[in-house]
Amino acid sequence: MRLDLYAYAGTSFSEYVRQCRPEVLPRFGASVSSPDEVRHLGRSVPTATTILALKYEGGVVLGGDRRATEGSQIASNRIEKVYAADAHSAIAIAGTAGPCIELAKLFKTELEHYEKLEGDELSYEGKANKLAQMVREQFPMVFQGLVVVPIFAGYDLHRRQGRICQYDVTGGRYEEIDFCAVGSGGKDAQNMIKEHYHRSLVETEAINLALSALFSAAEEDSGTGGPDLVRGIYPTMKLVQEEGVVDIGDDRLAAMCMELIEAKKRRHDAV
Amino acid sequence: MMPYYVAPEQMMQDKAEYAKKGIAKGRSIIAMEYADGLLLIADNPAASLCKISEIYDRIAFCGVGKYSEFESLRKAGIRHADLKGYMYSREDVSARSLARAYSETLGGIFSQEVKPMEVEILVVEVGAVSKPNEIYRITFDGSIIDEHGVVAIGGRSDAILRFFDDCDHANDVSLDTAVALCRDAFAHANAQDVTVDVLEIAVLGRDRSGRAFQRITAAVHDEMDT
Repeated sequence: MRLDLYAYAGTSFSEYVRQCRPEVLPRFGASVSSPDEVRHLGRSVPTATTILALKYEGGVVLGGDRRATEGSQIASNRIEKVYAADAHSAIAIAGTAGPCIELAKLFKTELEHYEKLEGDELSYEGKANKLAQMVREQFPMVFQGLVVVPIFAGYDLHRRQGRICQYDVTGGRYEEIDFCAVGSGGKDAQNMIKEHYHRSLVETEAINLALSALFSAAEEDSGTGGPDLVRGIYPTMKLVQEEGVVDIGDDRLAAMCMELIEAKKRRHDAV
Repeated sequence: MMPYYVAPEQMMQDKAEYAKKGIAKGRSIIAMEYADGLLLIADNPAASLCKISEIYDRIAFCGVGKYSEFESLRKAGIRHADLKGYMYSREDVSARSLARAYSETLGGIFSQEVKPMEVEILVVEVGAVSKPNEIYRITFDGSIIDEHGVVAIGGRSDAILRFFDDCDHANDVSLDTAVALCRDAFAHANAQDVTVDVLEIAVLGRDRSGRAFQRITAAVHDEMDT
């Protein structure tokens, strides 16, 4: 295969693929369907729900439950909703699972591609804006009931602080000061965080709060899965810090989940 | 006007001489296998114009000759690798396939265009655990050479290779020793002392997971010394 040296001169991977190899990118038709069709399609493909992000003194905790649903059916018990995007940022996804996962993968490639071509990482602002563009490009899918709404968490190396952005289906980007939660259980999770949040949370407290919020969402919302002690499936959590993105291992999460459950039980029994 | 005839041999010879002259003008790059991976080191005082670059998880690129030309080759290589990794999977991206693509590209340009590319490049891949490293040298006419141990391109690469032939080193030296050897080789070829701050240094670490490419800046190098 001969390389085409001058086919594309920019630094964006997704743009390059769209221009030179459009067949590689997912294409969801832009035709407007009838409301019934939209409802049917929206209910017949796996949908991923509750994700959340909250800041603590070292950066941001980004987490999500593991359930995907198809209408009232559970499509998957161990779907992954939180992905490291590069050394200093991570993306969590809610909405139609297929396009969501594809977006996370494309975004990760996009950041790595830029970094290799330019020799420098994009700024947090640059990454967040790029993601907004990519979400905006998916907008026509909304008319078919396919929705992609990510949360983007990063460590801003210039400001030396963690930052959080959430997006709507049109690519609208909203920076959050302290925390946010998105998806069908988002409201319950958000309420829980709001009750207990303060700005000097340390790492363990922040993870604990994120877990409690996902618990609370799982109790109220059928689209959100709680921890599965039988199969050993726990929510996914990543820490986005100055030193990099750290995956919180299942062992640590399992122990923290057990502690939370014990505490809940004690409170319940005491009543 | 009468079309005039030039013998193909003559034309190719002229092009080759032209390209070789351009490549010999610059400075050199050494790629060397060491105990924990592959060392890439360029005699390059211009800190912002890199000659060594990451391509993919375990693959790196270096080029000598005309900057604009090897830079467009480098970018095309990154696009090729990222596209392949995105379409298939990360483990399907290989130095061998990229080296072949470079070979076809350079060979095509050499035989079809009026001006050949004045470049020589290396595509290297560090082997995981027990797999051997791969070093491919691709010249301006698209020739592709499978190299082992230590290889030098550009500038006074002959003098550098002679230095390594004479000093009889092993392939499993430590990183410190490898860097020191390359410094001596540059000093020998340039007939003057070479300090670390005019060298562009990067490694592909055998035991690193994910993206194995790492630049070694003067600060990191000082840390290694202590």
